[in-house]
Amino acid sequence: MTIETDPNRTRTDAELAEEALVPMPLVRGELPRWAPWAILVASLVVVGVILGVTSGFSIPLTLVLGAVLFAVATFVISRVVEGGRKATDRLVTIVVTVAFLLALVPLVSVLVTVIQNGVARFDGAFFSNSMRGVVGEGGGGYHAIIGTLIITALAAVISIPVGILTAIYLVEYGARSRLARAITFFVDVMTGIPSIVAGLFAFAFFALFLGPGIRFGFGGAVALSILMIPVVVRSTEEMLKIVPNELREAAFALGTPKWRTILKVVIPTSIAGIASGVTLAIARVIGETAPLLIIAGLTTGVNLNPFSGRMTTLPVFAYNSYAAPGVPREPFIDRAWTSALVLILLVLVLNLLARLVAKLFAPKTR
Amino acid sequence: MSKAVIAKDLNIYYGSFLAVEGVNIDIKPKTVTALIGPSGCGKSTFLRSINRMHEVIPGARVEGSLTLDGKELYGAGVDPVGVRRQIGMVFQRPNPFPTMSIYENVIAGQKLNNKRAGKKVTDELVERSLRGANLWNEVKDRLDKPGSGLSGGQQQRLCIARAIAVQPDVLLMDEPCSALDPISTLAIEDLINELKTDYTIVIVTHNMQQAARVSDFTGFFNIEGTGKPGHLVEIDETKTIFSQPKQKATEDYVSGRFG
Repeated sequence: MTIETDPNRTRTDAELAEEALVPMPLVRGELPRWAPWAILVASLVVVGVILGVTSGFSIPLTLVLGAVLFAVATFVISRVVEGGRKATDRLVTIVVTVAFLLALVPLVSVLVTVIQNGVARFDGAFFSNSMRGVVGEGGGGYHAIIGTLIITALAAVISIPVGILTAIYLVEYGARSRLARAITFFVDVMTGIPSIVAGLFAFAFFALFLGPGIRFGFGGAVALSILMIPVVVRSTEEMLKIVPNELREAAFALGTPKWRTILKVVIPTSIAGIASGVTLAIARVIGETAPLLIIAGLTTGVNLNPFSGRMTTLPVFAYNSYAAPGVPREPFIDRAWTSALVLILLVLVLNLLARLVAKLFAPKTR
Repeated sequence: MSKAVIAKDLNIYYGSFLAVEGVNIDIKPKTVTALIGPSGCGKSTFLRSINRMHEVIPGARVEGSLTLDGKELYGAGVDPVGVRRQIGMVFQRPNPFPTMSIYENVIAGQKLNNKRAGKKVTDELVERSLRGANLWNEVKDRLDKPGSGLSGGQQQRLCIARAIAVQPDVLLMDEPCSALDPISTLAIEDLINELKTDYTIVIVTHNMQQAARVSDFTGFFNIEGTGKPGHLVEIDETKTIFSQPKQKATEDYVSGRFG
């Protein structure tokens, strides 16, 4: 009769307790600092060579397979040298880093492509000429830039007060009332509505009063505000919520009425966050195409009056130049790319502004 | 300028929950009254009801009578904002306004209420309040720096300066030293001793030595059990409470044989 010892059997509690009592060694093997880099280079070289010999070398495939080999090799080597815990740590670090790089790929790709294609027409003429009377080369996006700025500014003028005041009601006055909960629910729903619906709403709304086929810049601003208000409400709400209640109580205890407390304590304390939230909301709507296509329409000339006549914005201009180019095609495609580039730059500037504003207004500690 | 606070059969509710029951208390002007008792017994709730701060919590209300020099604080038409201008409060955690400098924090009561005064008058008020809070020498060279850059004890004294700058009749302190080290605590206790020449002070504390050191009168709050309302067991001169209290519960609590 033989006693079988199964190496995989579950250890008894007594044995586990005994293991726990064994002190962990303080000194363990450690990979040198250059090791991960060496393993990375080695993995890439190995994969590259194997691919080159077998099916033909390609950069993307080398990177993907190299990363997999790198992860596996690091894990195995580290496990042998450093033990299980550090090996897991290294593996997770690699997974997280790869996920980050993966997320960067489309971003960088979009940016590089737009810059490459857009730089051709990124000239003075683009910023000073409209498309009036232009059939082929030349022309520019001046009318679209002006349109974008006017419509977005109007949308901001409508949305920022409404959004911030709504958030103040929700946080400071509504508390958990039924009305406040209903508003929160609908704001959440509104953040998810497709932008075309906002455009159709604005179009239908103004068509009721001003007749069918109405197209003007202010309508576009209204459509954009429908998209922007929920974003402003949500971001402002979150910012107001993180203002410590102690500050409100401190102001109340000094005999300050509620509205003054909100105006002079709560808002100044959270203004940095509110400002950056608002800027991000603007950045979110500045690139909207679909609603503006419906309600703001399309024109080739500069229109400075948002209350009358069609108005082109950069996204609509880019879309139209690409979707319905003239003959020859190239100048239209070039202008579309440059519009996209200008739009990205506008958003970039807005984001930088948001950071600057946040920095200027942030409560200081020293 | 200091006034008496008298509560008669005061019941304090949060919604339908009776938090504190039947408080009868007579707080004399220019005295320090300490409120002691186990956690959750309603002493802070009672303190916050004196300047109507507990109303900040939705559904909170009181029944009974609470008067400041004979004037009903919960009478019809009494504005809580007006009450709070006469009865100042210092909180458990120092809470200077982070967007304001030390100078602005001291005059926050004026600033927030848009009371304008000349530069000279304001400067004097700031200096007087900061001296009153024993903070002047430490901050006089950096009045324009943010209040949140001070140490915890300094911040708490800044909050006291802020509270006395509006010249209240009564000063409420809700565990003002519980977040502070012993040295800062000593500074605040010395300050309380000085302040009582001008103000009526009510202080909630978990520290019985502190109650014994700073107060003239001590009130003991207790609670029968969870879910039951807290109540004032007895109030008397501090030395009586700590040497020969009338109630057994008080004796058990102050001698540490509680529960």
